[in-house]
Amino acid sequence: MNRSSISNSGFVILLVLLAGLLQGCSGGPDANSELPYLGERQVVQRESGGQQVADTVYHRIPDFAFINQDSQVVTSLTLQDKVYVTDFFFTTCPTICPKMKSQMLRVYEAFKDEPQLVLLSHTIDPAHDTVAVLRDYAERLQVSSDKWHFVTGEKDSIYDIALQYMVTAQEDQEEPGGFVHSGAFVLVDQNRHVRGIYDGTDPAQVDKLIRDIPALLDSNKKKKKKQDADTQ
Amino acid sequence: MQIPNKLLAQAAGMAALLTLTQCFTDKQNEGERFYTQYCANCHMDDGSGLRNLIPPLAGADYLESHRDELACIIKHGQTGNIVVNGKNYNQGMPAFEQLDKGEITNILNYVQTSFGNSNERFTIREVELQLNKCRHLLER
Repeated sequence: MNRSSISNSGFVILLVLLAGLLQGCSGGPDANSELPYLGERQVVQRESGGQQVADTVYHRIPDFAFINQDSQVVTSLTLQDKVYVTDFFFTTCPTICPKMKSQMLRVYEAFKDEPQLVLLSHTIDPAHDTVAVLRDYAERLQVSSDKWHFVTGEKDSIYDIALQYMVTAQEDQEEPGGFVHSGAFVLVDQNRHVRGIYDGTDPAQVDKLIRDIPALLDSNKKKKKKQDADTQ
Repeated sequence: MQIPNKLLAQAAGMAALLTLTQCFTDKQNEGERFYTQYCANCHMDDGSGLRNLIPPLAGADYLESHRDELACIIKHGQTGNIVVNGKNYNQGMPAFEQLDKGEITNILNYVQTSFGNSNERFTIREVELQLNKCRHLLER
């Protein structure tokens, strides 16, 4: 009697667990199509047609200007209307960078023929990583500069923009290579809102990033279609 | 005469047993563990390297053609251009001076026998002799 009640309660727990699992599964794809807006947000009041309207203003990456491996200036305008994935690294990094780059190559290959998706890698060691060094690095990775910008610039501007992407990047003499930085890949939408942060050293998280990107590309296409329809 | 022989045989047996049990302790996987810790970030878990930036270890001719230098490369790093399987690489490799001859032997043997490689293994003695040749680099 006692034993059967135990096994019964065990059965109920199992059912609950199973239900949870199933729900988790069905919740997955839905969650993907609606990526969150990350970072601080503000509610701003404005007047519209004599009425007070509350707008939510999401965290937005400010304007920037860096130089890429071809000595071209890359600004927020260069990336206008594009979805991009960004990270922070340095070419002499003895720790996680090569792994990050091998994972970023997976993103590169997956969206090779999608002009609306670009990659933006910032060096956090601009003193060493000059345009020439970055060009050599990109060439050895065999990637096209239209698709994947390796940028350098003023050290302070790079470290400031890292904060905007919510990524850690700091000089630290104690660390191997002299810098401490996170291995994050940050997914940014067409309006420069951060929509996802992934561990660029973890293949499973990069799988998720590759699955998430089309949702942003599609939403832009839908918007475009709607605009086209509206103007007709 | 008979007794010392017997003792000797027993001692040899014990030694063999000890060596064998050593193989079944953590030491067995030391090469793989250290590879993951020190090498895999750049050379990747499967030894494939990174395009033209970081040379592969899988199927690398360098492991045989520069066999005599491998221990020193791990201990003291490497700079300048090197050619692996006909391709040029110039990324530089950091030094791992904290690793001792036993640890380096285990890493080398993991590399020599993994990723499809079936190169001759190293003995600690061989690694020690190689390291003696580049000892001066420690005093830089």
